[in-house]
Amino acid sequence: MLDPRIIPCLLVHNKGLVKTVKFKDSKYIGDPINAVKIFNEKEVDELIVIDIDATVENREPDYKMIENLANECRMPLCYGGGIKTVSQAQRILSLGVEKIAISSAVFDNPELIKEISSQVGNQSVVIIFDVKKKLFGGYEVYTHNAKNKIKSDLIELVEKVQELGAGEIIINSIDNDGMMKGYDLDLINKIKKKTSVPMTMLGGAGKLEDISQVIEKFGIIGCAAGSLFVFKGKYKAVLINYPNIKDKQKLF
Amino acid sequence: MIGIIDYGMGNIKAFSNIYKSLNVSHKVVKVEEHLKDVEKIILPGVGAFDHAMRQLNRSGFLDALNDLVLNQKKPVLGVCVGMQMMANCSEEGVLNGLGWVDATVNKFNKEELNNKPLPHMGWNSVDCTIDNQLFKDISTNSRFYFLHSYYFNPENKDSSIALTGYGNKFTCAVNRGNIFGVQFHPEKSHHNGVQLLKNFSNLQC
Repeated sequence: MLDPRIIPCLLVHNKGLVKTVKFKDSKYIGDPINAVKIFNEKEVDELIVIDIDATVENREPDYKMIENLANECRMPLCYGGGIKTVSQAQRILSLGVEKIAISSAVFDNPELIKEISSQVGNQSVVIIFDVKKKLFGGYEVYTHNAKNKIKSDLIELVEKVQELGAGEIIINSIDNDGMMKGYDLDLINKIKKKTSVPMTMLGGAGKLEDISQVIEKFGIIGCAAGSLFVFKGKYKAVLINYPNIKDKQKLF
Repeated sequence: MIGIIDYGMGNIKAFSNIYKSLNVSHKVVKVEEHLKDVEKIILPGVGAFDHAMRQLNRSGFLDALNDLVLNQKKPVLGVCVGMQMMANCSEEGVLNGLGWVDATVNKFNKEELNNKPLPHMGWNSVDCTIDNQLFKDISTNSRFYFLHSYYFNPENKDSSIALTGYGNKFTCAVNRGNIFGVQFHPEKSHHNGVQLLKNFSNLQC
């Protein structure tokens, strides 16, 4: 049987790893390669690495860094940050990355998904939605580290990107980022109903029970987390951690 | 000497890293000359079928590769799209496959999947249906990483050596003489994957 995926998500800022709260207040937590080495030992299901500077600084992805990460990774790697073109996507996949994640470029030019997936196959094309609750109900999609609001409707976009060839959808809750108080189950429910591709939820996990709750409700799903896998205890001491196989099985 | 075929698709480094850590001699094959002293071949692959075939056709060493596999009977391991390319054709594309194994590559059937998401993405169990050296010291129902929307469908079911369930059961590993293929990614499947790649390097053919 296919297992739900439990995925650490690492953010890169100024070449270091950081963890944010509501997409702000980034706290330095260490060296990316070192973190990957520890996650190798822990045999994690997958790893997501997002360069949160690339799009904001309007620059190319840092290919050298991606190559170094991919060389070290013994698990499937998804990279996001600054990807705008087919050739960038191909170049990154050729460095040994399994999946590329795109966000802002897709909202400017949805056809990009079609172009990329026809070359690399839709299994490697991930669309990330940074999502924030509206004041009076509903959700809105943001880009550029939650600074730029997208006009289109979230559900319509989720449907559209799948039609165009997305192979996975990651929903990243801006409100719950770094809060460690559990995932937004309503949000998952809304999106899961509309997806026929794998879906991964990110933002809010503070304990393993938060993950088991999602799996119990939604079955095959990806549960990604930042803080949960890099912090320990109420003072948030940096300690890279991940459930061992036995503890993981308990979550399913 | 294991030759890892680099035609611009798939995770070459991941394979060479594993063989490096296992102390197995290996090299990356980019041009025909590199194939000279190669005793075993790994054909990796990530991506769309036609794009992968086009890249391989363009590599300039396809004839040499065919000769090594079909005439000299050197062991070859196709991985993911690398496995799919060994078939005659794929529903994903219009180009011919390598035709090393009598097989087609088919898309998962939506109805049989019963609302399961597609692509088939993540860790699934691999059920070894017959004893095969490729799975030596790997217990049946071990978990490997999958990432694909199409599956390998061999004409001769005897060539199927392991099955995985997703909707229906499909062939996730194939062996026909010196030709091996796996749908999952051993290079990204932690200790089980390392064991499988070690087994391939130890094959006596």
